[in-house]
Amino acid sequence: MKYAFFPGCVSRGGCPELYPAAKLICQRLDIELQEMPGASCTGAGVLQEKNEFLGDTLNARTFAMAEDLGLPIMTICSTCQGVMSQANHRMKSNPEYLAKVNVELAEEGLEYNGNAEPKHLLWILIEDYGLEKLEPLITRPLAGIRLAPFYGCYILRPTNALDFEDNPERQNSLERLIETLGATVVDFAGKTRCCGFPILTINEKNSMAMVGKHTAEAKDLGADAMVTPCPLCHLNLDAFQPKASAQAQRSIDLPIIHMPQAIGLAMGITPKDLGLQRHIVSTKALITKLGVAAG
Amino acid sequence: MDVTFKIKRYDPEVEAPESYWQDFSLTLDDSATVLDGLIKIREEIDGTLSLRCSCRSAICGSCAMRINGHAGLACKMQVRLAVDDDNVIIIEPAGVMPVVKDLVVDFDMFWSKIMAVDPYLRPEGPEPDAEYIASNEAMLHLSGVTACIMCGACVSDCTVMEVDPTFLGPAALAKAYRFTADPRDGDAQGVSRDRLEALNGPTGMWDCTRCAECVEVCPKGVAPMDRIMALREQAINAGFDNTYGARHAEAFSSSLEHSGQLDELRLVPNTVGVFNLPVLLNMAPEALRALTHGKLPPIIHKKIENADRVRKLFRRVEDPDRS
Ligand code: FES
Repeated sequence: MKYAFFPGCVSRGGCPELYPAAKLICQRLDIELQEMPGASCTGAGVLQEKNEFLGDTLNARTFAMAEDLGLPIMTICSTCQGVMSQANHRMKSNPEYLAKVNVELAEEGLEYNGNAEPKHLLWILIEDYGLEKLEPLITRPLAGIRLAPFYGCYILRPTNALDFEDNPERQNSLERLIETLGATVVDFAGKTRCCGFPILTINEKNSMAMVGKHTAEAKDLGADAMVTPCPLCHLNLDAFQPKASAQAQRSIDLPIIHMPQAIGLAMGITPKDLGLQRHIVSTKALITKLGVAAG
Repeated sequence: MDVTFKIKRYDPEVEAPESYWQDFSLTLDDSATVLDGLIKIREEIDGTLSLRCSCRSAICGSCAMRINGHAGLACKMQVRLAVDDDNVIIIEPAGVMPVVKDLVVDFDMFWSKIMAVDPYLRPEGPEPDAEYIASNEAMLHLSGVTACIMCGACVSDCTVMEVDPTFLGPAALAKAYRFTADPRDGDAQGVSRDRLEALNGPTGMWDCTRCAECVEVCPKGVAPMDRIMALREQAINAGFDNTYGARHAEAFSSSLEHSGQLDELRLVPNTVGVFNLPVLLNMAPEALRALTHGKLPPIIHKKIENADRVRKLFRRVEDPDRS
């Protein structure tokens, strides 16, 4: 299996532990990754606020590069996934719009033919790879560990752009993955809500209230950690959890784990190689409960 | 079809009222809606079950409630599509607004926010001799947003209102857009400056997190969040660009324009202002913690390969002289 790899900015920026962790587990899964060094940021929905056409054209540019490579695109970020899917949806459902985009791409000698289907590693594992093939690679099942899923808005909504109708399994993909890793799913209302990251610099109080609400809810239901396929959610839920905890006037202390780190732990990769020591909320108690040396 | 309705109930008239779950088992036609089921329960099993409904045709907006955790119209959802593998369906009152009894919530907050955006045309300048004229094309794109039936589903599931009830919210902001985008509203060019200025303030358009819950639950395709994004674009274009929100969008896109990717380290100071010490110091503990955990984004921001091509694309598309 081979994919054009679109890691996104945050997996190498604010969450530098994610990129190597994702590459490490793909190696174990025998998934080959081809980088696209000329691909730009998706615009994260922020550029789209200013200029949607420009944002869509940037994504079409990446899609065209992947088409030239003849490879499907892999993302490791819920936000990248959602923004790409939305752009793709607009272009695929409107040939005139796509043609307008292609006028811009032609200036660089690129053309997008509408064949890209960007997929998050989470979806790839379930739809392309198969959880049954992942199972034999689980050498250290996360038995006894209680994990709360946290999806990130963009990989859930709007469902029409994300093809949920044709792929209903996307609705509970994260829970299924957690079960495959041998852990117990902590189901809670906040799992499909917003982490608050997009308004962090705009309305910090509300952003922190969201972090506090969701992490505290999972913690109170007995979660040992929260798992997310979205590094932006991770940034807010992890790096800003101390502030959210102060605002909520209660202790929370819930480690937030990137999805590839959870997979890596279950594959027997050391916590250190997965970058778990780089988190703001300490992962030590989790590692101790897992019964492995930190590495 | 034998089904179980698991209903969240609340009676304010008992001593120390608290909400509780109650199961009702009943047999329904395959074509029954959730509302049909609830009415049957009220008429045949428990006459004290309170709910609102009127048209039964997804027109009046009375019957919004949470069905399996998400807001929707009970009269629009078929039971057969809503039940789980065990033929169970979970019914709760709408969120955010206070519960009056069972599935009835208090809409005062909803209406006060709609009123706060002046939901009527406010043309400026001299009155025309006869009626205000708007072309068909100028109005057609508003058909989606005018389809709102004020059911409150979007407010129920808004992730921001859940933590901050002062936010104007999706319904009121979509309603505001219905006027800012109306060519008859505002100045001679159809720009509603006063409205945009007011909506640009606290609790307004910039407090939306773009979670898309409202787009997902709206039974009428109003897509409130998309309207809020359009409001932001209108506000920036009307010159209201001195908010954290507008500067965030600006800082983000200029980072992208120059390097093809996000410069996270400079995004915060560029949004709140390099000289905005109180806000920057407020974020300092997080920056310090990130630094000691080896997490701070690279100081020297890297560019993507051929970043100049992205820059040229920005220039071409953003060129104001282009038609
Ligand atoms: S009863 Fe009128 S919308 Fe449901």
